Amino acid sequence: MKAITVSKAVTALMLAGLVLLPLYSQLSGNIFILTLFTRIIILALAAASLNLIMGFGGMMSFGHAAYLGIGGYAVGMLAQEGVGSGFIQFPVALAASAIYALVIGALSLRTRGVYFIMITLAFAQMAYYVASGLARYGGDDGLTIYKRSDFSGLIDLGNRVQFYYLCLACLFGVIFLIWRIVNSRFGLVVQGLRSNEQRMQAIGFPAKRYQLVCFVISGTMCGLAGALLANNTDFISPAVMYWTRSGDLMVMVILGGMGTLFGPVMGAVVFLLLEEFLSQITEYWALIMGPLLLLIVLFGRGGIMGALGRAGRG
Amino acid sequence: MLLVVEQFLNGLQFGLLLFLLAAGLTLVFGIMDLVNLAHGSLYMMGAYFAATFAAWTGSFLLGALMALGATLVLGIVLEVTALRHLYGRDHLDHVLATFGLILFFNEAVRLIWGPAGLALPLPAWLTVPVPILPGIHYPAYRLAIIVVALLVALLLYLGVMRTRIGMLIRAGASNREMIGALGINIKLLYTLVFGLGAALAGLAGLMQAPILTVQIGMGENILILAFVIIVIGGIGSIRGAFLAAIFVGMIDTLGRAFLPNLLRQVLSGAAASTAAPALSSMLIYLLMAIVLVVRPEGLFPANRR
Repeated sequence: MKAITVSKAVTALMLAGLVLLPLYSQLSGNIFILTLFTRIIILALAAASLNLIMGFGGMMSFGHAAYLGIGGYAVGMLAQEGVGSGFIQFPVALAASAIYALVIGALSLRTRGVYFIMITLAFAQMAYYVASGLARYGGDDGLTIYKRSDFSGLIDLGNRVQFYYLCLACLFGVIFLIWRIVNSRFGLVVQGLRSNEQRMQAIGFPAKRYQLVCFVISGTMCGLAGALLANNTDFISPAVMYWTRSGDLMVMVILGGMGTLFGPVMGAVVFLLLEEFLSQITEYWALIMGPLLLLIVLFGRGGIMGALGRAGRG
Repeated sequence: MLLVVEQFLNGLQFGLLLFLLAAGLTLVFGIMDLVNLAHGSLYMMGAYFAATFAAWTGSFLLGALMALGATLVLGIVLEVTALRHLYGRDHLDHVLATFGLILFFNEAVRLIWGPAGLALPLPAWLTVPVPILPGIHYPAYRLAIIVVALLVALLLYLGVMRTRIGMLIRAGASNREMIGALGINIKLLYTLVFGLGAALAGLAGLMQAPILTVQIGMGENILILAFVIIVIGGIGSIRGAFLAAIFVGMIDTLGRAFLPNLLRQVLSGAAASTAAPALSSMLIYLLMAIVLVVRPEGLFPANRR
C-alpha cells in the first residue's frame, strides 16, 4: 500500500509542478525555463506514445523519431505552401503519421525481436533521407516556419504561456487516452500479446491486427508531438528524425519506467533536465551522461518508477 | 567502361570494408547475443589511433599495426569492465547501455583530440595509380584495401571453420549453455571474441581513415549500414554477412554513381540532382525492408532451429 503512495506522491508533485510552472516563470521573470519545459513536455508526449507500444505492447520501435519529423514536416510544408490554419495543419499531421505507421507497422510486424528493432530503425532512416531530399522544403538544411499554426481566435500559439498550456493539455489528453486504452479490452489483449503471443493466438485473437492498431495509435500520438515541436522551434529539419533522436526517446521511456503511465513523463523531465544541467557545468556533458546511462541499465531495474516503488517498500 | 569498372571496384572495396565491421558485429551478436551499438565507436577509435600513431612514428604501416593492437586492447577492456555484465539481459538494455557508450566515446574523442577532424596521410608508395586492365588505372591504396580485406576474410573463414578456437566459437553460437557445461572457459572465449570483433572494426576504421577524414561520429552512419548487413545476411552468420556486405557496398556505390544519370532521363536536371542522393541512400533500407518482409530471419540464418 505504501509502495503505491510514494510513487504516486512524486508523480502528483511533478504534475503540479508542470501545471504551476508558468506562474513561477512569470513571477521570477525566467522566460528560459518556460521554453525549456515546453520542449520537455512535447518530448514527454512523444515518449509517452512510444511507451504505449514499447512498455504495454512489447514492440521495441527504434524509429519513433520519424513521426516527430512527419508531424513537423506536415506543419512546415503546409505553412510553406500558404496554408496557415492549424485546423488543417494538425489533422494533416496526424493523418500523415497514421498512414506512415500503418504501412511501416504492417511490414515491420512480420518480424520480431532484434529484427523488429532494426527494421523500424531502417524505415526511420529512410524517412530521414527522404526529408533530406526535399529540395523544395530546405533539404538537409531544414525549413524555417515563419508563422505558427493559426487557430483563429481560439488559441494563440505565439503566446508562450498559451502554447505551454496547449502542450500540457495535449500531454494530459494523450496520457488519459493511454490510460483508457490500457485498461480497455483492447489494451488487455495487446498486453496479453506482449507476455505470450502464442497463447493469445491460440485463444483466437488475431495478434497482428491488434498490434498494428496499437502501433498506429502510438504513431499518431507521436505525430501530434511532431506538429507541436515544429511550432515550438519554428523550424523543422531532417535532424529531428535522426536515429539518435529515436534513441533519446527510448532512453526517456526506460529511464522513467517502461509500462507505467507517468514513467515516460518522469523520464523525459529527468533526462532533458540532466542534459541541460550537465551541459551548463561542462561542455563535455555527454562524458558523464553516457556512463550514467550504462549504470542506470546495469543497476536501475524498472527505471525511476521502479526505484520509487522499491523506496516505498523498503 | 572505365567508369563502370572503377565504380565496380569502389563498390567491392566499400563492401569489403563493411564486411570487416559487420563480421565483428555479427560474431558478438550471434555468440553473446549482444546488440552492440558502440561497435561504430570502435571503428572510430581505430581511425583516431591510426592517425595519432602514424603521426607519432612517422610510418603509416607501423601506425596501423599499433592502432590495431590498441583497438584490440580497448575492446577487451570494454568487455571486461562494462559489456560482460550485459550478457543475458534484455536486448533493450543492450541498446540503451551501448547508446550511452557512444555518447561517452564521442565526447572522449572531442576532449582528447578536439572537435576538428584529423587527416591520415598516405605514404607515397600507396598513392600511385596501378594499371589493372589495359588503359585502366586504379588507386593502389584502394586496391590494397581490397587485398587486405579479402585476406582477412579468408583468415577469418579458416580460423572459424578449421581451428579449435573457431570450433568453440561455432559451438558457442549454437548452444552457449552446453559448451559451458562441457568445461570450456566461456568468459575467456567471450572476451576473445569481443576483442577480435573490436580489432576488425578498428581495422575497418583505420583503412577507411585516409579516404575520408577522421572525425567524431564517423562510426554512426556506417554502424547502421553494418546492422542492415547483418540483418540482411542473417544474425550470427559470417557467410551471410560477407555476401550481404558486398551486395550493400555495390548497391550503395553504384546507386550513387549511376542513379543521378538514370533519373535525369525521367526528371528535370535540378530535381534529379537533388532526388538522386536521397534515393540512393534509401536504396539499402528499401532492400533491407524487402528482405525482412520476404525472409524475416535474413537470407542466411545462422542457427536453423
